[in-house]
Amino acid sequence: MLERTVTIVSHERDAESYFRLVLKAPDVAPLIQPGQFAHVRILPMKDALLRRPFSIFQVGKDTFSILYKNVGKGTDVLSRMRVGEELSVIAPLGNGFTVPKPGGETPLLVAGGYGMAAMFLLAQRSPQKGIVFVGGRRRVDILCEKDFAAIGWEVRAATEDGSHGEKGFVTVPLLAEIKNSKLKTQNLKLFACGPTPMLKAVGKIAEDFNLPAELSMDEHMCCGVGTCLACVIKVKAGDSWEYQRTCTEGPVYDSREIVWEVAK
Amino acid sequence: MNLSVQIGKLRMQNPVTVASGTFGYGAEYARLIDVNQLGAVTVKGIRLNPVPGNPIPRTAEVTSGMLNAIGLQGPGVDGFIKKYWPFLRELKVPTIINIWGTTVEEYAEVARRFDVLGGVGALELNVSCPNIKEGGAQFGTDCKLLSQVVAACRQATTLPLITKMSPNVPNIAVLAKAAEDAGSDALAVTNSFPAMAIDIHTRKPKLANVTGGLTGPAIKPIAIKLVWEAAKAVKIPIIGMGGIQSADDAIEFLMAGATAVAVGTANFYEPQTALQVIAGIRDFMERNKISDVREITGSVQLPQK
Repeated sequence: MLERTVTIVSHERDAESYFRLVLKAPDVAPLIQPGQFAHVRILPMKDALLRRPFSIFQVGKDTFSILYKNVGKGTDVLSRMRVGEELSVIAPLGNGFTVPKPGGETPLLVAGGYGMAAMFLLAQRSPQKGIVFVGGRRRVDILCEKDFAAIGWEVRAATEDGSHGEKGFVTVPLLAEIKNSKLKTQNLKLFACGPTPMLKAVGKIAEDFNLPAELSMDEHMCCGVGTCLACVIKVKAGDSWEYQRTCTEGPVYDSREIVWEVAK
Repeated sequence: MNLSVQIGKLRMQNPVTVASGTFGYGAEYARLIDVNQLGAVTVKGIRLNPVPGNPIPRTAEVTSGMLNAIGLQGPGVDGFIKKYWPFLRELKVPTIINIWGTTVEEYAEVARRFDVLGGVGALELNVSCPNIKEGGAQFGTDCKLLSQVVAACRQATTLPLITKMSPNVPNIAVLAKAAEDAGSDALAVTNSFPAMAIDIHTRKPKLANVTGGLTGPAIKPIAIKLVWEAAKAVKIPIIGMGGIQSADDAIEFLMAGATAVAVGTANFYEPQTALQVIAGIRDFMERNKISDVREITGSVQLPQK
């Protein structure tokens, strides 16, 4: 991990309230592994002090990018920042996804909303092409289809309002694929990033079909480097459980390790 | 130019440490800053046995600050010694260990355990955490209990004792004096302020614990006043803290009567803050031809009556 003041080299609206932000970070970019995140201090914010964690989307030679949704105070200020302005980042952080080995598992990626951003690098670096399943409320929430298509990945979308792809949750096309797979089920592995209820559903599918699954857990985060103990989740430890820091021991966990809390 | 200060027997190479709970156990930030530049490292609160901590969400951002209700999650004395002490022991700068218990006896036992460990810089008695049901703040808001805790720890160890004061008292001077009289070598002023925030869309409190402690720049002026009041009441040194994010903030605490300062919440958003504060104090001294940082302590000039 490095702390760097970085310059915005590109900042474009993706769709509606989604934005793509590219940062010049020559010594950070080569360190990034799929599923890791950047902890960003939005310097123009003076009364909202904490950094915001973002999954790393794409990595260039001396840049990395994030794909974010304007959801609140921090991302609203961020969305108005321009090329040439500076941000402070601590990155790369956390333990990312395990990239499949050549000839190893076929990855099935499952994303909800901007969780799609966390999956791109994994798809790009996986020696086997798999399928990416993406869910969202409406058509506009289905991101990056073209980016995945450009690297030869098949995208299967599901929307809750049926405006794009199948109608329903992302687990609908995922389950259909697993049940009818021409791919051998014993050689599939699930990777997921999205809202907690979706992750829990993917964990259940992994259990039902005895598939390995890596889930990227999203918890309320503060310091991002393991000191504040804010972003903890319950993880199995022997016969009991312990709190682990999603920023440091996570954010990616084997689905079998997670102790699911009752829905909030 | 002298930046070093004494907190009882503890010598700090400069007057800047970090607030307990905002710096983990030192190693986490060692990857981002040179912790050997600090005056001391202060670690998160330790009681005798491991503590799981509170349910999530444990933190919430508020205007110019944050709420936390971590619940003093920690590894206990044995876990701390095994897991974190090997790193801290090798540092060139002293470690201040924040300790707590649910009984007077437990405080004393933890103090004794760290006394025999050897190599500890000082113990900070946490009698002011607002986020745990037993222990914590009940000892810091009752004069008699506070005296008992400090006296019991005094009996248990010759290590410097720093009593971390609760801000949630009608008159900090009385409690500050009680801690001094019971044998405390210094005071840390202040801990977080009991506070609450509500999500208006869900109508739920933003913290699972319902209430938490407010920290960050929002509390600084209140903390300055508490340091000023405590400093007038005691002769022992004070470590001032509460919302410090720049050298100017730190100097304000020194002028109010603090001998040293601690950077807290700012570590979370800018890990370089403590080092920037040290550099900034040095600059201030050069610009104002101050040769000894101790000259700044208590130098606030009050209006003549």
